[in-house]
Parts: sequence; C-alpha cells; structure tokens
Amino acid sequence: MTMVADRPERLEEAAVATPEFEKAAERAASRRGFLLSLPAYAYLVLFFAVPLGIVMIYSFATRNRFGGTDLSGWNLDAYRKLGEPIVRDILFRSLWLAILTTLICLVVAYPFAYFIATRTPLVRNLMLVFVMIPFWTNFLVRNYAWRVLLGNDGLFTNISEALGLGERELLFTTSAVVIGLVYGFLPFMVLPLYASIERIDLSLVEASRDLYASGFQTFRRVLLPLSMPGVIAGSILVFVPSLGAYVTPEILGGAKTTLLGSYIVTQFLTARNWPVGASLSFVLMAVMLVATLVYFRTGGRNL
Amino acid sequence: MSDRGDHQVSEQIAAVKLTAITKRFGSVVAVDNVDLEIADGEFFALLGPSGCGKTTTLRMVAGLEFPTEGSLKIFGDEAGTLPPNKRPVNTVFQDYALFPHMTVEANVAFGLKMQRVAKQEIAGRVQEAISLVRLEGLEQRRSQQLSGGQRQRVALARALVNRPKVLLLDEPLGALDLKLRQEMQGELKALQREVGITFVFVTHDQEEALTMADRIGVMNEGELLQVGTPAEIYEHPVNRFVANFIGQTNLLDASVVSNDTVCLANGVHIPGKSDLPVGTRVAVCLRPERAGMHPPEEVPPDQQSVVGRLESVTYLGNALVYTVVLDWARLEVRRENQPGGYRPHVGEEVAVSWTLDAISVVRA
Repeated sequence: MTMVADRPERLEEAAVATPEFEKAAERAASRRGFLLSLPAYAYLVLFFAVPLGIVMIYSFATRNRFGGTDLSGWNLDAYRKLGEPIVRDILFRSLWLAILTTLICLVVAYPFAYFIATRTPLVRNLMLVFVMIPFWTNFLVRNYAWRVLLGNDGLFTNISEALGLGERELLFTTSAVVIGLVYGFLPFMVLPLYASIERIDLSLVEASRDLYASGFQTFRRVLLPLSMPGVIAGSILVFVPSLGAYVTPEILGGAKTTLLGSYIVTQFLTARNWPVGASLSFVLMAVMLVATLVYFRTGGRNL
Repeated sequence: MSDRGDHQVSEQIAAVKLTAITKRFGSVVAVDNVDLEIADGEFFALLGPSGCGKTTTLRMVAGLEFPTEGSLKIFGDEAGTLPPNKRPVNTVFQDYALFPHMTVEANVAFGLKMQRVAKQEIAGRVQEAISLVRLEGLEQRRSQQLSGGQRQRVALARALVNRPKVLLLDEPLGALDLKLRQEMQGELKALQREVGITFVFVTHDQEEALTMADRIGVMNEGELLQVGTPAEIYEHPVNRFVANFIGQTNLLDASVVSNDTVCLANGVHIPGKSDLPVGTRVAVCLRPERAGMHPPEEVPPDQQSVVGRLESVTYLGNALVYTVVLDWARLEVRRENQPGGYRPHVGEEVAVSWTLDAISVVRA
C-alpha cells in the first residue's frame, strides 16, 4: 500500500509528459489491479488449488490394511484400478449419461432459447424469469419432488397406465436419472443459448430465406454456426456437472446404476480407499479441464 | 434487354403487379390498397418518408411479409403466399445482412448452393458476379474486413449471382457517405443496364430517386399517391405532398375558379389549368428555378407576377436563392450565377413572375 500512497506526489511534480512518467503510471495501474483482485486470488489458491494438490498427492499413495492411507511408497496402483471392469463400466456409464443429458438439453433448449430471443423485450424478460424460478427452491427438494412424480403411484405411472402402456416403473432407473439431470441442468443450457442467439442479427435469417434456403437450411447454415459459442458454453455447463452429479443419481437412480459421483463417495467413506477415490476425482477433473479448454479454443472468449 | 422485342407476350406481363394490396399490423395499416405495375427491365423507385409503407411493400414482394389482402403477381404468377425461397426475386438488404461467418466468396455462393447448382457452375458464376461488382482479390475476406462500399457490392453480387427476375433493394445506399453514395448511384444504374434485370428500390432520398429511376412511385401513410417518370412527378405532382416532397417548391394557396383560372389567396385571378371542380382548394406549385424576378414595373406582359420584399439572398456558388416575402406567402427564387442581370438588394421591392407553363395546379 505504501507504493500506492506515495505515487500521487511523484506524479504531480511532473508537468511535462515523459516516457518515465508513462511507465510509472502503467505500473501503478497494474499494481492497483493486482491488489484489488488479491482477495479472490487468495481464496482460490487456499480453498481450491491447495486441496487439489492434496487430492493429487493422495491419488499416488497406498491404502494400508487398516483403511488408512500411507503417504509413502508412491505408486500408480490407484490409477491402474480405474482400468478394472467395474470402475470402467461406471466411468463409461457416467460419460454416456452425461452426453445423453447434454444432447437432450440441447435439443429441448435450442428452440426455446430461439423463441425467447425473438420476443419483445418485455416478454423476453418475463420468460427469462420463468427459466430462473426453479432456482428459488432447494435442489434437493426438487429432486425429491421428482421422486414423487416418477414413483409407483406418481403422475407418470398413472399417465402410462391411462394410455394402456401398463405400469411403468421409472423411479430408480437410468431414465429417471436422465430425466432428473435434464430437469436440473436445462437452465444452464437455455441461458447461454439465449445470450448468443439474441445477438444474431435476424435480418441474416431473412437474407438466408431470400437466398433460397429452407427453414432447416437456414438453421444449419446460418443460425447454428452463429450461435456455436452458446451451444458449446451450454454443453459444457451441462456436461460437466452431469458427469460428476451426485445428488440426482442418489435420489432418483437405483443401486444398479452407480455413477461416478456416488462411486467416489463410496471409496472415501465406505471402502475407505482414499487413493482410488482421489485418482477418480482427478481423472474427472482432467476430463472437465479438457472440455473447458475446448470451449476456450473454439471461441468461448467471444461470449 | 436485347430479347425484349422478340416476345410479344413478355412485354405485356408486368414483372411485379400489385392489385389492391393491403398490409395491416394489428390495427396499423402499413400499406393501404395499393395498385402498382412494374414493367420488365424497369428501374423503379418507391419513394417516401420513413414509415410510409415503402419498405413493407418491398418486403411483401420479397416474401418477408405476407399481404393481408390483395393479389401480388411476379411475372404473371400469383406469389402473395409463397415463402421467400420460392420466389424468383432477391433482395439487397438495407444493412446488407452479409453472413459474418462466411467469406465474400461463400456469401456470394450461398444462394446457388441452396438451389443445388452444380459445383463447377457455382465457381464460374460466383467469379463472374464478383468481377461484375469489381471485387476481385477480396474473395477470401470476411465482411468485417470490408468497407461500407465493398459490403454493398458483396450484397449486390450475392443477389445478382442468382439471376433473379426482379432485384429488390432496400435503401441500398443509405449506409454510405455522400460521396460514395453519388458514385454508387451511377454504378447501380450502369449495372442495371448491363444485367437488364428489373430493379425495384426503396429510398427516402428524392434526389436519389430522380437520378436513378425510370419511374417513381411516391408513397405516404401507406398510400401510393403517384406513379410516373421523374419528369412527370417533378413537373406535374398530383398533390401538395408530392410537390413538397420532390425537390424544392413554392406553394401558393388558391382555389379553382374555372378549368383554366384559379384565384390566389390575395384575391387575384390568374390563369392556371386544372380539371378539379370549381371551388376546390388548391396550391399553385412554382419551382424556385422556374420563377423569374424583375423590378415591379418591368414584368414582361406575357407573365403573371406577385410583388414582395426581398428578405434575404443565399449564395450557393453556382446559384443564388432569393427569399421574397409577401404578406400572405413566402417565395424562393433560384437564379443561376450569371454575370450581369438583375441583382436586387435586400429590402427592395421585387416582382416574382412566371409563365403559364412554369406552374402546375395541385390539390392542397
């Protein structure tokens, strides 16, 4: 702070601009910027980077006979275990469900986002508020609500019976998990899509139609490429939390369909195999990191 | 253009024919019962102030709006309900609407690609269109890397490459600065002669319409007030609005006394031809450049005149504009800046005069 404090006196005495003054002013500005962002930096380092390092260290450690972890004899055993069929199945199942959830969200959200983006400002804002409303209720409560809807005597079974499709058991199936995940993460797809569609000049759509493109061709050749930043941002925002989802699969999924999140928790709390839990967490993080990098490389900066 | 004489039939079929076209947006009538025929090969301008319905009319021809009522034919085929991609017309949009994620070349090729033209042919025609608008060398640029004039040329090439039967232009020069606009006016006109396609363009700039168009349709508040050649519209406007909108004009309040006499607001009867009923309120339209100016006692005997006081002189370089004030009107007289001649001073009494063929009587 002393640097900042004594800066003004030195600056005031120079009435004629010099390269030295210019450099000093720029240095002062960047120092101020650093100091102001220090709290955020410190918070992230302390509570994100440090724990991440601890997780990484544990992933190379060994589980001892008593369910503790020996921080010695570093090895890759925990990572080798990820290749075992059980773990591999869980990994692929989680990946598949996350991809499926992302795709369903994309298909459902795109027309909706386009519709919102082409309304008058008043209607637009109202509809955006509607998209946010679910966030006002606790996520856990909303998941339990789905349990009621999907359960034995729930709305969905009743409808399927009324339609003569027989009693359909949805709860505790993979479908229930996907329904729950799509429900939970749909707003994260709608909002970035809306943001990028809203910025597209709609006369481009007219120009495309005028140049003999059908409605679908206009979507594929003009709208979709121009809204790609939103598609990628939304997909990552849905894919990443779906991949590591814990609450929804726990509440709506059955024991047969263990997913990554639950498996990691089991490793830490029940199996007391911290290295495996840590290595899986790390792999999960790596996947997300790659996804995020892809996003930034494909023009996410423009969003 | 060359094959026009060969087909007797095609001469009679209008390129665009609107019959009793009305467009309503909710309770607002944007276009009100418009009848219009645009001939094949014509350069037609729809002229009017903003909000007069000219753009809506153009958009209905393009298929971007559908008429509420009426018939719209393009080369004899009913087209009022066809989507834009099914009409043989292309549009140059006001802000050009170039696809920002495509190169100049891809923009120009878009329409042909959508029509599934063979790749070989696309390449040739795109090259041809690009050289037609003199954009060679810029094929790989994106629209953000082009100047306003270049963008406008890309928009033209993108539309013309499809060889539309009618090219629609929505304020095509509106976004350009004055000098470029004047340059492009000449170019557009030359281009239209070269390709021989019917051009329909919308503008609020009367000078642009007069310079470029073969015929002009003047619109106001959704109505088509007058259609005619630039000379017809300038010299024989149908009403006060058209007279005022096209060029500078002096309008003297009057009423019809007989079919060749009107009574000016000061009670003087002067010759003035009209076929309006006796007693109709009219305006005598006298263009500043057609008015003469003399000392009050020296008005030639074959001319009518009114006497007023010279209020101001505006020096334009090539011309002088004199403002003469009467107690019931205010007149502008434009004189070419020739050496010698009558040069009254501010405050002097002067007579503003005209011959019978210099004025027209229009509905007020």
